[in-house]
Amino acid sequence: MAQVSITVNGKARKATVEPRLLLAHFLRDQLNLTGTHIGCDTSQCGACTVLIDGRSVKSCTMFAVQADGSQVTTVEGLARNGQLHPLQEGFWEEHGLQCGYCTPGMIMSAVNLLNEHPNPTEQQIREGIAGNFCRCTGYQHIVNAVQYAANKGGR
Amino acid sequence: MSTPVLPKLVGTRVKRREDPRLIQGLGTYVDDIKIAGMQYLAFKRADISHGRITSIDTKAAAAMDGVEAVFTGKQLAEFLGPMPIGTPFPSPEHRAVAVDKICFVGEPVAVVVASDRYLARDAADAISVTYDQLPAVVDTELAMTGKPTVIHEKFPNNLAVPLIPSGTGVAPDGSKMDDTAINKAFADADVVISQRMVNHRLAPSAMEPRGVVAHYEPGKGTMTIWSSTQNPHILRTMIAGMNGMGEDKVRAIAPEVGGGFGAKINIYAEEYVAAAVSKRLGLPVKWAEDRSEAFVATIHGRDIIGYVDLAATRDGKVLGLKLRLIADIGAYNMLLTAAIPTLTMLMANATYDIPAVRATLTEVFTNKTPTDAYRGAGRPEATYFVERAMDMLARELKMDPAEVRRKNFIAKDKFPFHTQMGAVYDSGDYEKALDQALKNADWKGLLAQRDKMRADGRLVGIGLAMYVEVCGIGPSASLPTGGWEHAQVTVERDGHISATTGASPHGQGNETTFAQMIADQFSVPFEHVTILHGDTGVVKQGIGTFGSRSQAVGGTAMLMAGTKTKAKMAKFAAAMLEASEDDIVFENGRVFVKGAPAKGKSFAEIAGFAYIPVPLPAGLEPGLSEEAFFEPSNNTYPFGCHISMLEVDRDTGEPKLLRLVAVDDAGHLINPLIVEGQIHGGLAQGIGQAMIEEVVYNSDGQLVTGSFMDYALPRAIDFPRFELDSTVTPTPVNPLGAKGVGEAGTLGSTPSIVSAAVDALSQFGVKHIDMMLRPEKLWRIIHGSRQGSGQGGVA
Repeated sequence: MAQVSITVNGKARKATVEPRLLLAHFLRDQLNLTGTHIGCDTSQCGACTVLIDGRSVKSCTMFAVQADGSQVTTVEGLARNGQLHPLQEGFWEEHGLQCGYCTPGMIMSAVNLLNEHPNPTEQQIREGIAGNFCRCTGYQHIVNAVQYAANKGGR
Repeated sequence: MSTPVLPKLVGTRVKRREDPRLIQGLGTYVDDIKIAGMQYLAFKRADISHGRITSIDTKAAAAMDGVEAVFTGKQLAEFLGPMPIGTPFPSPEHRAVAVDKICFVGEPVAVVVASDRYLARDAADAISVTYDQLPAVVDTELAMTGKPTVIHEKFPNNLAVPLIPSGTGVAPDGSKMDDTAINKAFADADVVISQRMVNHRLAPSAMEPRGVVAHYEPGKGTMTIWSSTQNPHILRTMIAGMNGMGEDKVRAIAPEVGGGFGAKINIYAEEYVAAAVSKRLGLPVKWAEDRSEAFVATIHGRDIIGYVDLAATRDGKVLGLKLRLIADIGAYNMLLTAAIPTLTMLMANATYDIPAVRATLTEVFTNKTPTDAYRGAGRPEATYFVERAMDMLARELKMDPAEVRRKNFIAKDKFPFHTQMGAVYDSGDYEKALDQALKNADWKGLLAQRDKMRADGRLVGIGLAMYVEVCGIGPSASLPTGGWEHAQVTVERDGHISATTGASPHGQGNETTFAQMIADQFSVPFEHVTILHGDTGVVKQGIGTFGSRSQAVGGTAMLMAGTKTKAKMAKFAAAMLEASEDDIVFENGRVFVKGAPAKGKSFAEIAGFAYIPVPLPAGLEPGLSEEAFFEPSNNTYPFGCHISMLEVDRDTGEPKLLRLVAVDDAGHLINPLIVEGQIHGGLAQGIGQAMIEEVVYNSDGQLVTGSFMDYALPRAIDFPRFELDSTVTPTPVNPLGAKGVGEAGTLGSTPSIVSAAVDALSQFGVKHIDMMLRPEKLWRIIHGSRQGSGQGGVA
């Protein structure tokens, strides 16, 4: 077993974990932050995407011990003071989700995208979320949602 | 004081009320559920496709600290019977966990119950199994000859269904066949198009894999089962039956469900095992599917070979169609497996008034994952076969593909139209949808643009496809569960409305659309209406969500229940206001006597009286809660036209979709925003099939595409911006006039893209290309041909 100290959504967490415990399972099963979803086991789908020290990472590709000492933001930590993040607002306004399973990871990837490209072209958006699968929407409304957030200057 | 005027919501783009929880990660999917003392299941699965189990050693697994139990198939069989199916077709015995024979890779051979999900997996890995391997039956048409072997001994030549005929000259029960008309059609023809086409196997791939939590409570003798399912009521029936329990003792819950696409209609081995093991051990258990498990353990879709013969006159009038279908259904019959390809036969008439149509269907067992309903379920296959043939006819006759279709359409004044296949199309105006699509695509301009691009040496093609599908399923005769839906509408004591529906959504947005309808019906604020679903403990009765039926059938039941509740409310209001119930008006959240709005009552006031009725008006029972079952008299038949423009890279063979123009007619739309989303999603899956998705087995029956590394699920970069539009032809079979829209996108897109690819490469003499459009396949057409021959010259 290993000791980890990870700051998750601004809150310091200490835990004892199996070295093989995936960060995704640590967040979901130990911290009960079930907004981070798991949609595959080969790191293709991106449903588990979170921010680590501000950059998007698929949390199924990392062990919890590798996140020791870092700042993790999950979808639950995105809204501030009861105010939706512009991307969350965009997904709602533009019908960017149906079943909602890919949505948290998709939104976290888009946060990273807008950090890198505050005014992305449609092609940049499509490439920026190419590491995230959605089986419901055909992506068009997701692209619209990201554009909505970008237009609101949202990051 | 003036009352605010409430907007009419039906027909408007209301934002979904499901979204706030989902965008904040606050939804509860099955794997998010925890119960004290809950154990985790892991399955040991066969890594061979065909063979007999010679030994299973579970000792090491059972000895691991934290392992509660291990069950082999033989041990489970002591308390769990064979899996039932929902169709009347003969079926081999199918055990949730194999007892002695393996028929596909991934079939469970044992199950572990352990205190932790990682430990459960470790223990499953510690089980050792030996097999006596048998030859793998993989090639569908070879399998039909009994080669290399027979999988189920009671099914000679691997024929699950030897042959079902249907269409012109065939008696409804298939007993008599008169070939006169179909033979004459082909004898009279100037041209006959004949082509073998493959509508290949797909993995449905809902982003949430399946999962189940089963909690048997020995003290109460009750079972609660949470599952990622499209139909909790069917789940309840099956779980009760398999565990010797009454349906009254089982509660099935579909919490947030992360997509289904037909694959979550089935009641699966893992659900039966979880329930049985929970009951056996008296412990709550959870199983969460991995994606690699999903590829083998969740049903596949499509996989039908079609031999298509189309007879026509020189000027493009179709005289006859023969369709010989061979469906590869995999190793076993699942809930609806055998019935799905019959929908391909049913829709063989497509949008055309063809004098003679004959279809036959054969279903074949192979050592693969079973097939069942996947978005479209039989209708995309029919559309693909017929539309590709129509396109080949147009090419053969050098006619415009739109004009060939127009020449053969069922005329709009012929509805309801009885097809040669026995379907009764409810309503349609195919020419209108075609014209709208041609206009939106700027067809003539598009052709000119294509020709200009070709003149620059580019390989560009255009494809067009019409479709009609069968939705809103359907009358009870068409479903083993009954073909109705149920709803209950309750005006609560405070005047708010809660309403239940048996249509259990998994992304369709019923909480929003149904609330729009009820808010309008009662003229109350949208925020005062809550739609409840997905829990048999809350929703009394239901069938579920499939076959694009939620709105057409479930929505209508909702409206009917609302009508009853509103009528009763009017009676209470009449008593309070000392007026006739016929004069009661519901407007902007108030109820009053016509012409006297100032003396009206609020919903809370009338509900207060209805629940504490002193004195109780004569002839009334207390309360405001009414229910309704709705069974439509017929299915609905939505239709549309999809046009694609596609370019193939001459050097790499890679196809790129440049445009997709869709005109869909689903009748009246409740929420156009949600409808757009449904069509986008359908198009994405239809395009995926045409261009990049394919389940591949090797000759040993091993699944080659067993993860998202190898199965190409479309990404955002794979699509252009879709160009949508609609025409509105209401259905007469329900009062909403709504036809259903969940599957439409998968129908026209696929053949339109393949036709565009054929058009792009027609200069190389190609007449048909089987999906998917693998770059290598296209490259070989370009470079393997005389004209191409590595020179890259334009013919």
